[in-house]
Amino acid sequence: MTNGFETRNETLAERPLGSVSRIVAVDWDTLAPEEARRLRALGIDDGATVKLAHRGIFAGRDPLAVEIGRMTIAVRRVHAEAIRVEAVADAGAKLAIGADAAA
Amino acid sequence: MSRPIRTVALVGNPNAGKSALFNALTGARQKIANYPGVTVERKAGRMALSNGEPVELVDLPGSYSLDPSSPDEAVTRDVILGDQEGQRRPDALVIVVDAANLEQHLVFAQELIALDLPVVVALNMVDLAKRDGLVLDAKALGEALGVPVVETVAVRRRGLDALTDALQRAVNEKHQAPFFAADLDMTERRVSAHAIAQRALVSETRTRRMHRGLDKVLLHPWIGPVILFALLFVVFQAVFAWATPFADGLEAGVGFVSERVAAILPDGLIRDAITEGVLAGVGSVVVFLPQIVILFFFILLMEATGYMARAAFLMDRMMAGVGLSGRSFIPLLSSFACAIPGIMATRSISDPKDRLTTILIAPLMTCSARLPVYAVIIAAFIPARSVGPGIGLQGLVLFALYVAGIVGAMVVALILRRSVAKGAASGFIMELPRYQWPRLSDIALGLWQRAWIFLRRAGTIIFAATVVLWLLLSFPQAEPGESQVDASIAGHIADGLYVVVEPIGFNRDIALALIPAMAAREVAVSSLATTYAVDSGDEEETAMALTDRLSSRWSLPTALAFLAWFVFAPQCLSTIAVAKRETNGWKWPVFMLAYLFALAYIFAGITYWLAVAAGL
Repeated sequence: MTNGFETRNETLAERPLGSVSRIVAVDWDTLAPEEARRLRALGIDDGATVKLAHRGIFAGRDPLAVEIGRMTIAVRRVHAEAIRVEAVADAGAKLAIGADAAA
Repeated sequence: MSRPIRTVALVGNPNAGKSALFNALTGARQKIANYPGVTVERKAGRMALSNGEPVELVDLPGSYSLDPSSPDEAVTRDVILGDQEGQRRPDALVIVVDAANLEQHLVFAQELIALDLPVVVALNMVDLAKRDGLVLDAKALGEALGVPVVETVAVRRRGLDALTDALQRAVNEKHQAPFFAADLDMTERRVSAHAIAQRALVSETRTRRMHRGLDKVLLHPWIGPVILFALLFVVFQAVFAWATPFADGLEAGVGFVSERVAAILPDGLIRDAITEGVLAGVGSVVVFLPQIVILFFFILLMEATGYMARAAFLMDRMMAGVGLSGRSFIPLLSSFACAIPGIMATRSISDPKDRLTTILIAPLMTCSARLPVYAVIIAAFIPARSVGPGIGLQGLVLFALYVAGIVGAMVVALILRRSVAKGAASGFIMELPRYQWPRLSDIALGLWQRAWIFLRRAGTIIFAATVVLWLLLSFPQAEPGESQVDASIAGHIADGLYVVVEPIGFNRDIALALIPAMAAREVAVSSLATTYAVDSGDEEETAMALTDRLSSRWSLPTALAFLAWFVFAPQCLSTIAVAKRETNGWKWPVFMLAYLFALAYIFAGITYWLAVAAGL
């Protein structure tokens, strides 16, 4: 199903800067309900493709800026840690459905 | 026949350009108020449909869905569903979508269309989408959505006629049942949003977007914060330096009016009331209008360009250190202009403890009302020396006062988040909008609204306070050989207060100024002006600048203690009133008053005694 070589699930927080990933699963239960709702409204969901664009200052490199679709959103590291992803080649960040439809 | 004027609501995702469209459609004919019961700002204005029918346009807070995750979004939902007290259910909706974020914005748009109200979709910012290599077909989008779609560029006033025309037809013609079912879930809506966006898409070329390049620099882990702090420093230097010629001009104007009045009116109580009470009092406050306008200019510019969200991103880590988030940065930055809009801006913070903490520390941000006080004391006691290229000592002291407020706020936040506002660590999820060239007339309109609010305060609260103070100071009339201030009612009140504030180095004049300053901080300046004008017998001394007067009567430690007091003191009843409304009760505003007065007293005292010990 996946690219064949990427079987390990990383979280978005562990991915290198500038990398593009597809969201495999989101641990919604670890997030506050309002935050989960907001993330979903911004398009963070299974199948969406996201690019890690910027990291904040200081230790922890918090927060993170993530490109999704044509939007850039800021999230905290704790949110990124709840988002499990797999690496994909840089084909541009797409929304959830673009990836689903192609599959 | 007559029927009540119809209401149209402007609704859409945050950053869809709703406010610019609202300004373009209504011009300066706007009414800003609050929805009853909640403190979400209600912006409404009049516009005319293409057939000349006037309608009321209501600008609703930006939302991602009808399932709210903040008090702001709850108002949007309630208004649209007709559940909001004090607001009729709108007769039609203008759904604003950002052409460059079409797929994401269509998710909420479908939910709105499913409500079965007459609808027009404004496909906004098509120019920016084109710049990003995105060509869209509004007609195809309209067919896919089953509602009229009009291309607009709100900031350039493009597409407005087509929009009012489409709206006119939408409200007057029988409309068809919506294409979309009301019970779809988020995932289903997203599937269909993707399909619809694809149908509307003519071509998409991947271009290097401008904002990526800018973000590389402005969000850079090291360069970004340096730019932010440099920018803030420039803002505060500008507030002090650029405003001077304008302030001097205003001062001269007030002086001229005062002279004319003195020449026309006969000697007596009425002339004194006008020149020494009203003109001296209100005049000494109005001269600070340039500084307030300059500060708001920078804040509005940062908001309009999209930089404000980047500032929030950069500040998030620091705010997280004291238990807040980057979201608190925007309300706190607004509080530098005035704590009232700052406290009201906390509505976008979804976490209640986070929000409460931000409300409680907002008064510690140096608001523009403190500027008059700082400016007078600094001008009187701090020499106008240069301490480096382009850095004046006066500007540096002002900067230090701002920093003192910020550091105080951070420490207080840290303590509050571990005590009364204990809760889970708050999150930070925020859209970073695209950079945009701001439209000057939108900035000008915003500036005008802020300046007007300030002038209205000067004309009402400050006017009343200075007149009352002048009365308290003028009666009863002093016996020959006795000082007028000592004999007056105000003098007797100040005698009592003086006992309390004497240990922190305050003199009786300050005790006197603190009383009316409860109405508004800047009144402290006008009341000092009134006090010293009244105390002097001759015209020449009245004409002498207040700053000279102060430097000859106050010791440096007293002046410094006075500055320290104003960093913390909650000298503004309007702020307390807003805090009461926002927190739904007296508990938190009373807490706020108590802790701020305690801090002010302690720090003014420490400052005074340290300065005295240092031999200043």
